Amino acid sequence: MTVKHHPSEALLLAYAAGHLGEGLSLLMATHLTYCPDCRAAVAEAEAVGGAVMEESAPVVMRDGALDALLGRLDAPAPEARRPAPPSVTRRRPASSPARAVQGGIALPAPLKSYVSDLAGARWQWVGPGVRQLDLMQRPRGRDTARMLRIAPGRVLPHHGHEGLELTVVLQGSFTDEQGRFTAGDLAEIDRDGSHQPIADSGEDCICIIGTDAPLRFSGWVPRMMAPMMGF
Amino acid sequence: MTSVAMDGEALAGMVRSIAEHRDQTAFVRLFEHFGPRIKGFLMRQGASDSEADDLAQDVMLTVWRKAGQFDPVKAAASTWIFTIARNRRIDVLRRERRPEPDANDPLLVGEPEPCAETQMSTAQIQVRIREAMATLPPEQVEVLTLSFFEDISHSDIADRLGIPLGTVKSRLRLAFRKVKALVGDEFA
Repeated sequence: MTVKHHPSEALLLAYAAGHLGEGLSLLMATHLTYCPDCRAAVAEAEAVGGAVMEESAPVVMRDGALDALLGRLDAPAPEARRPAPPSVTRRRPASSPARAVQGGIALPAPLKSYVSDLAGARWQWVGPGVRQLDLMQRPRGRDTARMLRIAPGRVLPHHGHEGLELTVVLQGSFTDEQGRFTAGDLAEIDRDGSHQPIADSGEDCICIIGTDAPLRFSGWVPRMMAPMMGF
Repeated sequence: MTSVAMDGEALAGMVRSIAEHRDQTAFVRLFEHFGPRIKGFLMRQGASDSEADDLAQDVMLTVWRKAGQFDPVKAAASTWIFTIARNRRIDVLRRERRPEPDANDPLLVGEPEPCAETQMSTAQIQVRIREAMATLPPEQVEVLTLSFFEDISHSDIADRLGIPLGTVKSRLRLAFRKVKALVGDEFA
């Protein structure tokens, strides 16, 4: 797999700094699975973050903080992992080999806690040849994330938005104003951008789309579709 | 350069000493160095004094508990502690998850083997990064620092500085590339 389209430096920095919401972070983690160069860039940005943190003006800790902490050192560590969000589909046992390949495509690890069984998932019809799966059913922030399955030759409605929209291809390909995107590629459209992807290979294009603000559709047909798509 | 920058190896040694010997003296020194800095950093990101204090203590407790997971080959101590602080903040203050790639994912596309002879230690890389940042033009340092300190988007930074979003992005790009050029190919 050769990844050709990458996130901007600004986006890599925002991910490393921890400023992206859950939806956009999920898109980044998926691209990073496919892209060692961007993983290296994130590691570098984290090193910059370490330097910025270490050189930030110290603020005195409250009285007794150290003693309080020393008293807690040997207390048993709680299992503090936040439980995974409810998955959109029924879970299979972790040992099942079917977890790796679902509905014909293998899902990168970051996606697996959001969708456990693609084949058995209830895809929602959103238009001719376009189906979607909402990945964040109980969002805590403003982010959205959804998986789209677009039949060959089909077009996603033209849309613009206030925030950032990221798309990562998992299978197949699409073409928009920026070029052709295949598996692992990340498309980044900022608040002033707008695009109209067309699925352009012989198989369904399966991609994930994340946003940090609601989308704006143009034209009356897309506006009618917007509520259906939950955009 | 301040003594802070020179201490990378020593800081990593303290984390290792905690991992290997449950060394409380090393922990106290790490706390004295990082505690107030983590707190200051979190306050610059919008946490209140008491939230930042609680979080900084939590982060240091995690350093104690997870010292065995610290890999000095992969990251400097300050980088590792920064990522703990970042993740705790998202977990506690935003109550969200931050998905990350999984090193054991069979789909993970691996990186080419690094050339052992040219490898710098992570502590040396950290020193290089500080040196690189010291040579950046002030407007690039401003956007770079703002993008770590403030919990705001790059669009917000653009609005605040009264410059187009494209300018924020191009300054970040230039800053990031310069750091990369001065640090060398250690990360790429």
